[in-house]
Amino acid sequence: MKPAPFGYADPTSVGEVLDVLTAEGDGAKVLAGGQSLLPLLSMRLAAPTTLVDINRVPGLDRIDCGPDGVRVGALVRHAGLLGSAEAAAVQPLLGRATANVAHPAIRNRGTTVGSIAHADPSGEMTAVLALTDGSVTVATPGGSSAVSWRDFFLGPLETSVQGPAVVVDAFFPALAERSGTAFAEISRRKGDYAVCGAAVVVTLDADRRVTAARAAYLSVGLVPEVHDLTDAVAGQPVDAADWAAAAELARGRVDPDGDLHASADYRRLLVGTLTERTLADAAREAASRMETA
Amino acid sequence: MSTDTERTISVVINGVPREATVPVRWLLSDALRHEFGLTGTHVGCEHGVCGSCTVLVDGQPTRSCLVLAVQVDGQQVTTVEGLARSDHQGGHVLHPIQEAFRECHALQCGFCTPGFLTTIAAGLDARDPAVEITDEEVDELVGGNLCRCTGYANIKKACRTAAAAMKDAAR
Repeated sequence: MKPAPFGYADPTSVGEVLDVLTAEGDGAKVLAGGQSLLPLLSMRLAAPTTLVDINRVPGLDRIDCGPDGVRVGALVRHAGLLGSAEAAAVQPLLGRATANVAHPAIRNRGTTVGSIAHADPSGEMTAVLALTDGSVTVATPGGSSAVSWRDFFLGPLETSVQGPAVVVDAFFPALAERSGTAFAEISRRKGDYAVCGAAVVVTLDADRRVTAARAAYLSVGLVPEVHDLTDAVAGQPVDAADWAAAAELARGRVDPDGDLHASADYRRLLVGTLTERTLADAAREAASRMETA
Repeated sequence: MSTDTERTISVVINGVPREATVPVRWLLSDALRHEFGLTGTHVGCEHGVCGSCTVLVDGQPTRSCLVLAVQVDGQQVTTVEGLARSDHQGGHVLHPIQEAFRECHALQCGFCTPGFLTTIAAGLDARDPAVEITDEEVDELVGGNLCRCTGYANIKKACRTAAAAMKDAAR
C-alpha cells in the first residue's frame, strides 16, 4: 500500500508545469488535490514515473463569478466552492453538488477541477459540468483552449487531454432566468460514491409553465449524459406538471450497468425516483425565484 | 526544472518546527510515524476511506495517507498528540472532545480514535459554540470516519457532550 517510486516536481507557473510535462513525457501525471490519484498510486493501479504537483502554482485557486457563469481554478478545493455564496448565487448547483462530494476531510484537499479531469462517471462535478453545458480550459505548450464537456469526457477515467497539457480551470455557465435546480444522490453510506445521483434544471415561462426539464445522472453511464425530459412536461403548469411522466421518460433513456453495489434494474429504478423528486424540487425553486425576482 | 526522488522539508508539527529529508513517495502518514515518531496517527486503510490517519494541515482536517510528505513543506500540521493544550504548569488540558470521549466511553480498541478526535476537534473549533449542535452537524462531523467497535452511538454522544461543554465555556 505504498506508491511505486516516482520523480517529483512542484513547478511554480503553468509554463513550468508544461515544461516538466513535456520533458517527462507520457509517464508524467499532474497532481492537484490527489484525493483520487493517491489511492490509485498506493494501490498500484497507477505508477507514473513523475508527479507534477501544481499546488505551488499561484493564481489557480481563484473562483471568478460573473453574470455569465463561474470560473473555477484548478486549485479550488471542494470546500472552497461549497463555501462560496457568490458562486452559488450564479449557479446554485455548484454548492448543492459539492455538499455531496465525499467527506469534509476529502473536500478540504480535493479539487473540483481535479475531479472533473479524473472523469469518474460517479463524480458529482462531472455531472454538473455536463448539465450546465460547461467547459474546461486546457493549457498546452501551444496555448490554451476551451474544451466543451462533450469533447472532454471519452470514457471512465478517460478524457481527450493528450500529451503535455493541464486543465487550468472549469467554467460553469450561470443558471438561466426563471429556472431552478436540484441535486440528490443515493449512496450506501453518507459521503460514499453515489449508487445513483441526479442533477436537474427546470425552466419556466412567464406564465409559470414548464419550457425545459433536463437531467444529468451520476454512476449511470460511462461518461456524463444529459437527458432532455422536456417532452414529458412541456407547457404544463408548474404546480400540476406530470413529473412522474418525466421520470418514466428518463428510465427509458438511461442504460446503467450493474455492479457489486447495485443491479442495473435497481439503478434504473433510482433514476426514476430521483428524477421525479428532483424535478419537482427544481420546479418549486424556479417558481419561487420568479416570485422574488 | 529537475525532478527529485528525495526532498528536505520543514514542517511545524504540533507547534514545533521540524525538518527532515524524506523520499518523495512517502505519504505524510509515513513521515509522521517513521520520521517524526508521532505514532498517534494511525494508518488503517491507507487509501482515504477509513479516516484513522486524519490530521490537521493548516488547521484543516486532511487524510495524511492522501497527501505526500513533500507537499506539506512550509505548512503547519497538528496530530492527535497536539490537540491537548499546555496548562503552563507542566501539565496538559485535554480538548473538550478528548474529555468527552473519555466521559462517554466513545472508544473501545482505540485504533480509529485519533482520526475521530482530530476531525471532530477541528469541526467543533470552527463552529459558533453558542449555537446548539444539530444531529445533522454531528453526522457530518463523524461521517467520514470508520469505527468497528462502538457502533458510533457513543461517539455521537461525545460530540454533543463536547459541544455542550464548549457552549458553557463560551458563556
